[in-house]
Amino acid sequence: MTVYFNDISEGQRLPTLSVDVTATLVVLGAMASRDWRPMHHDHGFAVERQGLKDIFFNTPNQAAWFERYITDWTGPYGRLGRMTFRMKGSVFPGDTMAIDGTVTSLELDDTGCGWAGLALDLSVAGEAKTTCSARVAVPTNPDDNPWDRRGERWKP
Amino acid sequence: MPGPSREGGAAPCRGRRVSDLPPDVAALIGVRQYQETAEFPVERGYIWNTCAAVQNSNPLFWDDAVAGAITGGPIAPPTTLSLWMRPHYWSPGHEGERLALRVHFDMKARFDLPEAIIGDNTLVFYDPVRPGDIITHAQVLRSVSDVKTLHLGTGRWWNIDVEYWNQDGATVGIESYAGFGYRKPGQ
Repeated sequence: MTVYFNDISEGQRLPTLSVDVTATLVVLGAMASRDWRPMHHDHGFAVERQGLKDIFFNTPNQAAWFERYITDWTGPYGRLGRMTFRMKGSVFPGDTMAIDGTVTSLELDDTGCGWAGLALDLSVAGEAKTTCSARVAVPTNPDDNPWDRRGERWKP
Repeated sequence: MPGPSREGGAAPCRGRRVSDLPPDVAALIGVRQYQETAEFPVERGYIWNTCAAVQNSNPLFWDDAVAGAITGGPIAPPTTLSLWMRPHYWSPGHEGERLALRVHFDMKARFDLPEAIIGDNTLVFYDPVRPGDIITHAQVLRSVSDVKTLHLGTGRWWNIDVEYWNQDGATVGIESYAGFGYRKPGQ
């Protein structure tokens, strides 16, 4: 499935992604991103040394979750240009994490590239844990491929 | 090794006033520091592990025919940008933890600020990262504010870019961090 620029409207809500977080997902995400810090894999360290509830998702893994969420919606022609995060709380095993998104802006830049601005929210039980704003390029028509853009034709 | 082909500076600037800074700090602004080249080439095992960790079924990362048609061949998920520069947990001849974002810790030490937070973190993606690429990165201090007092304490904001480029000198991404180093009231 491919989302085209003209198919998108400002204010459009993206489908919610709901994930039951397990210790395996936390550890797998940390190891996949080469984050060896113990609070992301060592329960005893997180609880006894840091006074936390449990191990928790690391930042690069959360970025990967947001990326997956965005490209689940755009399809493979969607090309991320920019993401900005703000961490507000931690996500632990046993949590049910929800990612929601809204289209906040649409822009055709001066090269003809179609951009959607997104406001994303990662929450647990309705409490925001991480917010993210993102800018993703999507095709303007079946002959347009954002991945073909290089140099001055790519303005993320 | 050529430098990146695009200027950095994506970070928002909080209180950009270079003139009131100590000269040694002002001299660091815009200077590339701590340039390092990755210890291993971009490889597909980490690409697949990253996708597995977040159940990402994007065919760009799993189906070479799709990747060939859309991206000219396999690529890494853009958000893996910093992955390729993280050191091995252990390797011969290296002892102790190597700090990421060393400029941040340098600023804490230079201004004798015992506490710090990272505020916004921005990733900007340029040319795709591909299996076999050798990534190099460097840190650039972009700005330092004058002294501010927040509810956390009194200190300074600084903006740091981490620029990433490939073996051809093409910029593949820039990470920007806004850090606030501070001293708590009474500390």
